[in-house]
Amino acid sequence: MGTTSRRLRKARVDQGSCVACGCCVKVCPREAIQIVKGIAARVDLDKCVGCGRCAKECPATVITMEEAAV
Amino acid sequence: MKGKKRWYDYLWIASLAYLLLGFCNILFAWLGLLCFFLPLLIAIAGGSKAYCNRYCGRGQLFSLLGGRFGLSRKRDIPRWMKSKGFRYGFLLFFFAMFFQMLWNTYLVFAGVQDLRQVVTLLWTFRLPWHWAYHGTLVHPGVAQFAFGFYSVMLTSTVLGLVTMVLFKPRSWCVYCPMGTMTQLICKARCGSTKGL
Repeated sequence: MGTTSRRLRKARVDQGSCVACGCCVKVCPREAIQIVKGIAARVDLDKCVGCGRCAKECPATVITMEEAAV
Repeated sequence: MKGKKRWYDYLWIASLAYLLLGFCNILFAWLGLLCFFLPLLIAIAGGSKAYCNRYCGRGQLFSLLGGRFGLSRKRDIPRWMKSKGFRYGFLLFFFAMFFQMLWNTYLVFAGVQDLRQVVTLLWTFRLPWHWAYHGTLVHPGVAQFAFGFYSVMLTSTVLGLVTMVLFKPRSWCVYCPMGTMTQLICKARCGSTKGL
């Protein structure tokens, strides 16, 4: 009965506050993050497995793990 | 967390060596100009923060000490410290201190002021550093710049170490003047000030 939608966590970067230091890029096990044009980090949601390492590492704490419907 | 380490993953050794060399002979402080010009060149010519992202030995040193050696509380940095106001304000303050250092160098070159064999920590505390100056063949002004530049480098390292311990290992990266400046350059290159 009802739908069985699976929810997965994905990393989301507050790009306005990102300092583009690249700490998240270094710890991502899936190479899902890149610093675009030296301005901010961007997460490839297809690659992100929601492990949360980037959020933990980010010195500015601008990465949050948010649920995304799959 | 990519498997294979590359040569640039060991640049923390260069950062550490820099601090130690300046302790032995202050003229090595001139090498620190690389940490100023390379990020700027990469940002201006390449439009990226590859220096911060890949080559910054100081950031790696903080990662190592705060991460692997556990010398960090790994707490969130205060909100005000990551605000644009603080970051840009700190950049301006750093600029002002940098130009003051250049002015002191000029005064020694002009013969108005004698060489001060001190390293000024946190823009306030004058530490005797005479053992690192051996009366070389170069002009005292060259040595004055070295003392001044080493002061800038040591001060920023100490600030970085303090925030590494209090907050996350690479908290320095949040308010690093070079990082802020190169990000501004990259934003200007993209013709945007609002991020992506």
